[in-house]
Amino acid sequence: MTQTAEQITDASRLPSAEGLRRRALRHPGHWIGGAVIVALLALLVRSFATGNIQWAVVGEFLTAPTIIRGFVWTLLITAAALVLGIVLGFVFGMMRLSANPVMRGTAALYVWIFRGTPVLLQLLIWFNIALVFPTLYIPGLIDAKMVAVVTPFVAAVIGLGVNEGSYLTEVVRGGIQSVDRGQVEAAHTLGMTPVQTMRRIILPQTIRMILPVLGNSAAGMLKFSSLAATISMTEMLNAAQRIYFINGAVIELLFVCAIWYLAGTTVLSVIQYYLERHFGRSTVVGARPSRGLRSFFKTREA
Amino acid sequence: MTTAVRTVGIRKSYGTHEVLKGIDIDVAHGEVLCILGPSGSGKSTLLRCINHLEVPDGGYAWVDGQIIGYALRGDVLQELPVHQLRQQQSQLGMVFQHFNLFSHKTVLENVIEGPVVVRRQSRDTAIAKARALLEMVGMSAREQAYPAQLSGGQKQRVAIARALAMEPRVMLFDEPTSALDPELVGEVLEVMRRLASSGTTMIVVTHEIGFAREVADRVVVMIDGEVRECGPAQSVLSDPADPRVRAFLSRFLTETPTITTSNSE
Repeated sequence: MTQTAEQITDASRLPSAEGLRRRALRHPGHWIGGAVIVALLALLVRSFATGNIQWAVVGEFLTAPTIIRGFVWTLLITAAALVLGIVLGFVFGMMRLSANPVMRGTAALYVWIFRGTPVLLQLLIWFNIALVFPTLYIPGLIDAKMVAVVTPFVAAVIGLGVNEGSYLTEVVRGGIQSVDRGQVEAAHTLGMTPVQTMRRIILPQTIRMILPVLGNSAAGMLKFSSLAATISMTEMLNAAQRIYFINGAVIELLFVCAIWYLAGTTVLSVIQYYLERHFGRSTVVGARPSRGLRSFFKTREA
Repeated sequence: MTTAVRTVGIRKSYGTHEVLKGIDIDVAHGEVLCILGPSGSGKSTLLRCINHLEVPDGGYAWVDGQIIGYALRGDVLQELPVHQLRQQQSQLGMVFQHFNLFSHKTVLENVIEGPVVVRRQSRDTAIAKARALLEMVGMSAREQAYPAQLSGGQKQRVAIARALAMEPRVMLFDEPTSALDPELVGEVLEVMRRLASSGTTMIVVTHEIGFAREVADRVVVMIDGEVRECGPAQSVLSDPADPRVRAFLSRFLTETPTITTSNSE
């Protein structure tokens, strides 16, 4: 290793290719840096293990019925608000690109309002909407007191869903615009109507492109659903708070929540991986998932 | 021979730049017309005006009894509703320079898309016909492949099959070999040659002078948005009257594969 490199000036003295071994460049810095970080992590783990946390209490409440019930509500809010947000995102995203200026303007207004105000504020407004409209009356359909219709669950779903929809509107618009113009022209020369072109050619390619963003949305929604705790919705965080107000185990219950949220987002990212693989099957890269992921998820080769 | 396609005084401008200055051309049934010309001469725009991918500013295209994109009412060209326009467009097969295969669909799905969705044929009928067409263009073995897994020449042959699946009255080719690696040009031209000999009416915008000489019944040379020369392939290509056409063609004909050794620096 310390042998000095020799310089050969005479080409006839160059060694033949056979019998030459190759030696990779060493990276001692990687080992030093890695060791430092591992040491720091070990200290961190030790601090938490010996800190003022009763891990037994965390374990005890991890599967408490109240917490589980709260987590189910969290999942319900997440799923419903996500569906609402995606539907609104696609509807308004397509309207944003409409040839009709009224459509475009309406979609722009929607984005401006709901992306421009805090989602917590929107939740509070939806929850108190009965102050503006005491009754909900749609001829032939509904005639009811608003407070009876807009329960905390409904307010949370509408609030989070409508807010998410305003972000996804822009995502969908960008996705549609990134589909190659030639795809649309090819559809037109085959005689496909605008609706057929959108549904069969543009949207499938848009979905493939925006799936990573939708994955982000899903994970974000799972976490933002905790905001519903402020409008007396007994989702998981609210349930945890109710418990620690009584028993005082604040950090323990917050850790319980953290564990469940992490479990939820982990499952979501696995789902996202499979969805991306499904929609990416037409791309060369997508058709062959990388070896690392394949062995990680232990999937069979298609 | 009866006229299959006629363009009547087609004009098109982008801003102040006039790309087409009133183009009148005729194509007979079963005829192969090649449109040649330098880049920016407007030949692709003309093709795209014929199938209304570009809307002409003046004039119109007529194909087999129909004015494309309009209904003639007295002296008014009334714009057609979009579904009627699409109906007309579906009768004009278009092959693009950049293939434009639907990237999320397999080869077979690409070819049956039009017949199933637009013509409302049964899937089985469409698949049977698609397989025959893929056989014809030599792509049977790859019917389950996605476009991203094909070479340029393969993509273009699939694109030709996709256009043919609609049983069009005319096939339009917009520089079908310009985006291909040189060694892949031949396979696409071979398919087009066979198509021409089967009596298909074809309008081909191309830089392949050799193909035009061999296959075209007539050749049109466009320069700066005008038709400068039009006639039988042999006479136009070997003895053009217009001096600018002569200059354009000579530049092409001297591009014989001689190895240049100018990179001596």
